[in-house]
Amino acid sequence: MTVTETPPARQPHTVGAPILEARGVTMRFGGLTAVKDVDMTVNEGEIVGLIGPNGAGKTTFFNCLTGLYKPTEGQVTLSGQVIPPKPRAVVIAGMARTFQNIRLFANMTALENVMVGRYCRTSSLALTSILRGPKFRREEEATRARAQELLDFVGLGDSAESLARNMPYGDQRRLEIARALATDPKLILLDEPTAGMNPQETKQASDLIFRIRDSGLAVVVIEHDMRFIFNLCDRVLCLVRGEVLVQGTPGEVQSDPRVIEAYIGGDDDDDDDDVVAGGATEVRTPPADTVTDPTEEKQ
Amino acid sequence: MSTSTADLAHDHSHDDELVKVSLLDRMPGRGSSAAWPLGLAGVALLVAGTFLSWSYTGDVLGDLSINFYPGGVQICMIALGLVALLFLLAHRGPLHRLGEWLDTAGAVRALGLGAVIYMVIVVAVISVQSGGLINVNPGGWISLLGALVLAASGLMLVSRQHRDPLFAKTSSWLEILTIIVLMALLLFGAAYALGIGDGPSFSLFLIFVATVALGLTRAGVFTWVGLIAQKNRPVLMLGAFTVAFLFPFTQGGSDENMSIATQVLIFAATALGLNIVVGLAGLLDLGYIAFLGAGAYVGATLSTSAFATIGWKPPFIIVVVVGALFSACLGLIIGSPTLRVSGDYLAIVTLAFGEIFRFTMGNLDGNNGPDLTNGPNGIPAIPDLAIGSFDFGQPHTILGITLGRFANYYFLLLVLAAFIILVFSRLNDSRIGRGWVAIREDEKAAEAMGVNVFGLKLFAFAGGAFLAGMAGTVKAHHDVSVTPDQYIFLESAFLLAAIVLGGMGTVAGVLVGATILKLLPEKLRFIADYRLMIFGLVLVLMMRYRPEGIIASQRRKLEFHEEDEGLAERLEEVHLEEAEAKA
Repeated sequence: MTVTETPPARQPHTVGAPILEARGVTMRFGGLTAVKDVDMTVNEGEIVGLIGPNGAGKTTFFNCLTGLYKPTEGQVTLSGQVIPPKPRAVVIAGMARTFQNIRLFANMTALENVMVGRYCRTSSLALTSILRGPKFRREEEATRARAQELLDFVGLGDSAESLARNMPYGDQRRLEIARALATDPKLILLDEPTAGMNPQETKQASDLIFRIRDSGLAVVVIEHDMRFIFNLCDRVLCLVRGEVLVQGTPGEVQSDPRVIEAYIGGDDDDDDDDVVAGGATEVRTPPADTVTDPTEEKQ
Repeated sequence: MSTSTADLAHDHSHDDELVKVSLLDRMPGRGSSAAWPLGLAGVALLVAGTFLSWSYTGDVLGDLSINFYPGGVQICMIALGLVALLFLLAHRGPLHRLGEWLDTAGAVRALGLGAVIYMVIVVAVISVQSGGLINVNPGGWISLLGALVLAASGLMLVSRQHRDPLFAKTSSWLEILTIIVLMALLLFGAAYALGIGDGPSFSLFLIFVATVALGLTRAGVFTWVGLIAQKNRPVLMLGAFTVAFLFPFTQGGSDENMSIATQVLIFAATALGLNIVVGLAGLLDLGYIAFLGAGAYVGATLSTSAFATIGWKPPFIIVVVVGALFSACLGLIIGSPTLRVSGDYLAIVTLAFGEIFRFTMGNLDGNNGPDLTNGPNGIPAIPDLAIGSFDFGQPHTILGITLGRFANYYFLLLVLAAFIILVFSRLNDSRIGRGWVAIREDEKAAEAMGVNVFGLKLFAFAGGAFLAGMAGTVKAHHDVSVTPDQYIFLESAFLLAAIVLGGMGTVAGVLVGATILKLLPEKLRFIADYRLMIFGLVLVLMMRYRPEGIIASQRRKLEFHEEDEGLAERLEEVHLEEAEAKA
C-alpha cells in the first residue's frame, strides 16, 4: 500500500510545549486487554492522527483519556497536571471530544446544543437563575453570543434555530465539534469526524480542523481515511491490538511495512471495498485475531 | 435528481391522503351540496329545541319542563349551536375569509358528534330518572334531531384546502383581546361548573366543554392560541392570575366550593414541585408525598396546637422556611445515595422512602421512639394561621363580598403557587434547565460536555422537596390536623398522574391535570366507587393516544414521537415563528 500522491506542502507552524501526556495507559475488561501500555504526547498547535484497524482500541483509548473509562493503569497529564478520570474534570481541565456515533441532544436546537457546551464555563446557580439579576442576564447573553460565534465558526450560523435531529448528517458532525469547542478546550479529540462523508465534505472537515488548530488548539483525530489523515496530521500513531505499533511523521508511518501488514494482514478475507482512488484505503476489516473493542460495539 | 425524489415523495403522500379520504368518500352524499344547508338546519333545530320543554317532570337535570325558558343544560346546547353556526358560516358564507385558515368541516363534525352524545345522554337521564321515554317532551326530541342533522352535515362536509393557522398574521390587539376573552370564559366556566349541584348535570357540562374544545382543536384554533400565548406571555400570566384572584369573589362567601379550590391549589402546587423533578430533570419519584408530609409535620409541630410536641413557636414565615429546609434535607439524604441509580431503580427506592416516612411518623409516638408526632393519632387542632392581625379563620368582607376561611387560605396558596411557577419557569429557562434537558436527552454525552450530572439531579430532587415542604406547612393549617395516613402512596401516584395527564414539563398542563384529578372526584361523587378504575382507564387511553399529556411541551412531544419527522419539522416552524416574534 503506497500513497502515490504526496501531501501538499504546508506552511510550517509552530509546535509548542507538550500539552497532553498519556503515560502507560492500560485498559482491561476482565481478561481482555483493549489498550496496553500506550504512551502519547500531544504538543501545542499540533494535529495528531490515531489510526489502526477496527478493534485496535482507538476509541477505548479516547474514552480513557476523557474519563468515560477509568484506565486500569497509567495516567493522563494535561498542561502538566494529572487529571482525574472523570468526564467533568477532564472537560474543566481543557480537553473536549466528539463521538464516533454522533451524540447530539437531538431535540434541542443547534444553538442550545452549543450552549450546553458552555455549561462548565458558566456559573449561574439556582438563586441567580431565579432572581435574574444583571449578572445572570450578562452571563446568559455572553453564552448565547459565544455559542452563535462558534456556530458561525463551523459554518452553521444560519442553522442556529434548527433542531439538531433535523440537520443533515455533515452538519450534525460539525455541530458536535462546535459543542466541544464551546467548552473552551486546549485540546480537542475528534473520533472519526469524516465517517460517512463524501469527498467534498471531507475536504471541508479538514479545512475546519486546520482552522481549529490555527486558533491555538491541539487536535487528536481518529480516522480510517488514510489520505485524509496523512494530509492533515503532523504526527501519526498507529494502534494495533491495543498497542502503539508505529509513530512518526505521516511519511514514516505510511511507508512502514508493519503498518501495511497490520492493515492487509496477509489474510485473504479482505473484503474491504472502500478503496479510495489514489491507493489510500479506508480499511474496515480487522485482522482475524484482533481483540474486539467493546466500546465500538456499544456506542 | 433531488427534485424528482421530492416529487416522488410528494406523490406518495398525496396517495396516502387519497386512500384516507376515500373511505369517508364512499358514504352517501359525501361532499354533496346539501351538506351546508343541512348543517344550518341542524343548528336551527338544535337551538329551537332548547327553547321548548325537554322533560315532563321538573326535577331532572335542573328544571327543563318550562317552555321558552332554557335551563342550564339547555343553554349549553345553545352555546354549542352558536359555535357550530360560526364554523358553518366560516365554511361558506359571510365568514369565509376566516375559513381559509381553519378546518371548518372537521370542527362541525366534532361538534355534531358531541351534540349527539350530549343529547342521547340527556334523553337517557330523563327517561331513567323520571321513569320512561314518555317523559321526554318534544323539545328534547327536536334538539336530538337537530344534533343528528348537524352531525350528518359534518360528516358530509368536505374539508376545504386551508392554510396553517400557525402562519396567520394577526394584530396584537386582537391577540390580547382573545386572551382576555378566553380568560373571562375560563373564570365564568369555572364558577359555573362549581355551581352545578347534581352529578349528571356536571357530567353533561364536562361533555359540552370537551366537545367545544375538541371542535376548536380540530379546526386548528388552539394552534393559533398556543402561538399567541407564547407571543404574549406576560399578558397571559397576568390574565391567568387575575382570573385566579377574582375567583373567590364569584362564590358569594360560600365555603363549599372554596374548600375544593384550596385542595386543588395545594395539590397543584405540590404537583408543580414534582414536575421539576419528573418533568424537567427526568427523575421518576414515587415517594414525593413524603416531602409534603415532612413540611406538614414541621408546620404542625411548630404551631400553637395543644398537641404540638415542640415548645418553639416561631412566626409562620419562619415555620415555612424551616419546613422547606427540613424537606430539602430529607431530599438530600435520600437523594445522594440513590441518584446514582436511575430509571426503575430510583422509582423503587423513592417508593420505599415514601412508605418509610409514613411508618416513621406513625411510630414516633413515645413508645417506639421519642414522642414527636403522637403516632397514628397525628397532631389535631392546629389553629388557623394569623399573619399580623389578619386571622385566616375569620371571614373578611371586601367590597361588600364576604370571603370565608377557605378564601383566605386560597389567596395564600395562590401566592405560593405563583412562587413555585416562577421558580419552575425560570429554572427551566436557564443554564440549569438546559443541563436538565441535556441529561434527559443523553446523560453520557451531557457528562462528557462538562454538565454536572449528579449535582443537577440532586439539586432537582432537593429543590422539589423544598417546594413541597413549603406547601406542606400551609397544608397543616388548612387541614387542621396532620396524620400519617394522609400521606399514603396513592397520593404520590395521583401527583404523578396529574403530571402525566396534564403534560410533563409544562405549568399549564400540570394545573389542568391537578384540577381534573382533584375537582372531578368532588363533583362526581355518584361514581366515587369507580374513581380508581376510571383514572386507570383514562391513563391507559392517554398513553395510547397522547403520551405527551394534554398540554405538552414541544420537546416532550418530540421525545414521545421519535419517529415522527413531520412533527419535528412542524415544531421547528413553530420555534422559528416564536423566535421571530421575540425579535
